[in-house]
Amino acid sequence: MTDITVPTLGESITEATVGQWLKAEGDAVKKDDVLVELETDKVSVEVSATEDGVLGAITAQPGDTVEIGAVLGRIDGGAGGAKPAEAAPAKQEAKEESKPAAAPAASGGETTDIIVPVMGESVAEGTLSTFLKKPGEAVKKDETIAEIETDKVALEVPAPADGVIAEWTVAEGTSVTPGSVIGRVSASAGAAAAPAASAPAPKAAAPAAASGDRPVAPSVRRISAEAGVDPQNIPGTGRDGRATKADAMAYVNAPKAPAAAAAAPSVPRETGPREERVRMTRLRQTIAKRLKDAQNTAAILTTYNEADMSAIMAARKAHQEAFVAKHGVKLGFMSFFVKACVAALKEIPAVNAEIDGTDLIYKNYYNMGVAVGTDRGLVVPVVRDADQMSLAEIEKEIIALGKKARDGKLTIEDMQGATFTLSNGGVYGSLMSMPILNAPQSGILGMHKIQERPVAENGQVVIRPMMYLALSYDHRIVDGKEAVTFLVRVKENLEDPQRMLFDI
Amino acid sequence: MSESYDVVIIGGGPGGYNCAIRAGQLGLKVACVEMRGKLGGTCLNVGCIPSKALLHASEMFETASTQFAAMGIKTGGVELDLPAMMQQKAEAVDGLTKGIEFLFKKNGVDYIRGKGRIAGAGTVEVDGEDGAKTLSAKHIVIATGSEVTPLPGVEIDEDRVVSSTGALELDKVPGKLILIGAGVIGLELGSVWRRLGAEVTVIEYLDRILPGMDTELAKTAQRTFAKQGIEFRLGHKVTGVDTSDPAKLKVSIEPSAGGDAETLEADTVLVAIGRRPYTEGLGLETVGIEPDARGFISNDHFRTSAENVWVIGDTTHGPMLAHKAEDEGVACAERIAGKAGHVNYGVIPGVVYTAPEIASVGKTEDELKAEGRAYKKGKFPFQANSRARTNHTTDGFIKILADAETDEILGAHMIGAHVGEMIGEICLAMEFQAASEDVARTCHPHPTLTEAVRQAAMGVEGWTMQA
Repeated sequence: MTDITVPTLGESITEATVGQWLKAEGDAVKKDDVLVELETDKVSVEVSATEDGVLGAITAQPGDTVEIGAVLGRIDGGAGGAKPAEAAPAKQEAKEESKPAAAPAASGGETTDIIVPVMGESVAEGTLSTFLKKPGEAVKKDETIAEIETDKVALEVPAPADGVIAEWTVAEGTSVTPGSVIGRVSASAGAAAAPAASAPAPKAAAPAAASGDRPVAPSVRRISAEAGVDPQNIPGTGRDGRATKADAMAYVNAPKAPAAAAAAPSVPRETGPREERVRMTRLRQTIAKRLKDAQNTAAILTTYNEADMSAIMAARKAHQEAFVAKHGVKLGFMSFFVKACVAALKEIPAVNAEIDGTDLIYKNYYNMGVAVGTDRGLVVPVVRDADQMSLAEIEKEIIALGKKARDGKLTIEDMQGATFTLSNGGVYGSLMSMPILNAPQSGILGMHKIQERPVAENGQVVIRPMMYLALSYDHRIVDGKEAVTFLVRVKENLEDPQRMLFDI
Repeated sequence: MSESYDVVIIGGGPGGYNCAIRAGQLGLKVACVEMRGKLGGTCLNVGCIPSKALLHASEMFETASTQFAAMGIKTGGVELDLPAMMQQKAEAVDGLTKGIEFLFKKNGVDYIRGKGRIAGAGTVEVDGEDGAKTLSAKHIVIATGSEVTPLPGVEIDEDRVVSSTGALELDKVPGKLILIGAGVIGLELGSVWRRLGAEVTVIEYLDRILPGMDTELAKTAQRTFAKQGIEFRLGHKVTGVDTSDPAKLKVSIEPSAGGDAETLEADTVLVAIGRRPYTEGLGLETVGIEPDARGFISNDHFRTSAENVWVIGDTTHGPMLAHKAEDEGVACAERIAGKAGHVNYGVIPGVVYTAPEIASVGKTEDELKAEGRAYKKGKFPFQANSRARTNHTTDGFIKILADAETDEILGAHMIGAHVGEMIGEICLAMEFQAASEDVARTCHPHPTLTEAVRQAAMGVEGWTMQA
């Protein structure tokens, strides 16, 4: 008997959410078989069997939050006898029932497995988003027949051979891992006879909602069943937060509105004829949760300023050719901003700190998160120890990270450990915006579009390339004076980059 | 030289010994001082345990004498061997006391024989068989328990005029036993000697028996005991016991409210009017603790007014029950160890081990009425319970009280065979703030007496099905 435990998930990740179990209790498992997936806010992790045996018990249910080392379930020794033997045929039966299309198609001729391709370094799993071909449809080798979506990229699954799709063995929405079989292509051309049954209905996400949570007293069970409410939604005043009968009666007798509102999210609303329901990608879900968490936790306040970009533009113009010749990269704006922020962070350490419970953690290093938009969503890779890098090194690093981001090859490590973030909405034309903190950081600089505007200078109206700057900060830790000083310093460093050279 | 401890507990009764074991489990260096020569306190030596040994044996004697025939068992005459009955009682007590010594060893508790006395902050002096010694203690726990409350004008000689202690050791069955006090102890011991052949009369100052228990329960109990042959003289007080005649004791009684006195004759008088905290010679004054007028030491989560001096069990307020002391001992040890020990005083059951047994937990109807709390009541008689019928134990009922609004169980009061074992179910339910419906919807095995609990719970909301 061996416990299945949560493995170490990477620096700074302490807990994960249990995703789907790929094996059921009683299933026989082989060493290294993937048993269950864990989702963290960064990536998904697979937990594999450490030995051959039978999945004896599942103790962590989908949706449960588990810490590193927590027990997820148990593998009973394979020698355990009857159980694996019993389990195996049972499972097979179930499988056959679920794919009636298989038999006629398979009889048509040789079949080839459709296998999930490697999704890129560090991407352990994806979600099978769409089948582009139905069973029975003819396909050509290398034709795209399915799409898989990961945290980072979308991936196309090519047909492994000419033939017809014999069957899909997983449903849309299922999590899949590289190398796993998702279906079969039959070589026989005559297999068109195969029923053109559409892909099996997506497996209901039911298990996630099912068990776990608080025990339900018999009276509470009765009352919630009669009232059609989920007993888990009843706020409990009893031991360990359990709902008592009084809680249940109060809940169902309360004015209907709040109860209905509470219940609403669990029942998907009907979509209209010109509406489309699309499942949020895991990356989008993570972004949504993290942004909202940041708003709920921090006292976010934004201070604005503007910078005259003339000096930097002139410097770039003057030195671009030589810079490219020596470093092989163009001298962009980002490196100046990174350097300007590092200098300001050194002066105002609170902006580079974070709150941990009732303590403050000051960081004597400067890891700059650089927000990069990709077509999958926003990711924020980190330029590490930016204070020790030259402008060229920063430019190169940003280019490298941006490429990795767009290729979906960023690793967890690439995105961890930033102490401050820069977000450039200007590339999309934004003139002014209020960025949201990237928790647990305490500051984020919003960069915007450089626009020529008339400004007053020495009593004259002149045209200057101007950029609005926004600093959102956590007012719990950063005072207004510090925030404004920080942003003014950034502005000064941008308008007169020589200040940074002289460290003033 | 003084030995130093984290905790020194004075008293080795249920409060003290459980406190010591728990403290030992929590890694504290602990000593338990006991002067009796045996661990277990009143409960184990002269209380709960020996009385239960006699109650069980005497009940079997009575059952064999009076009920076997009805069940088709011929005995050809049942005979009492009192010395043997006393012997089996002593063996039960002895085995259990030794058990505690073993538990002390297992949990690293030093058992120190002798009378402990607080001698200023952090010091306990022990006067024992092996001479005096001084213990230094970071924490001192007072667990000295209680003693029999004497009755003015009545001198207890433990021969003819006895306390509960003497009543457990009578060498022959008295012809006539007069029992002063219709509380738990009196009724239990009265039952023992009545079953063994004594003619028992109970004198009670109040106009009811079992003061503090639910009135309906007490009334039913009184009726049942009267039917068994116990005579009750309620609303009377004992003004004196004349011991001058070596053949007969003369007990003078008169109505509590005033009236004509009369004299009753008895072979044995049992004084059972209650117990009082025992703190004599404990040195409380050396740490500035002043007990209240009735001798109780008050506490705030077991802390006394003196720093690092704690008190549990009968010596402090609350029901004088072994299991209450035990819970306090555990919680006190946990608090000393910096944990969050807690006792829920709303859920401390009380059991009277007569036949039928009487068990109670939570609020009585009288208390709920006094509080003006709206409640509902479910009641089920054992007469309608199949197992009670097969066992010839149909006396009694189960009553469950619940809040009229929320249905939360507020109390349960039971009289009947084995109800002392059945009250635990309601204790657990109450700890979880269960509603009567929660018990009513819980499957109970058939045929058992526990079905009566379920049926009574159903009765709270008016859906009792079997009566």
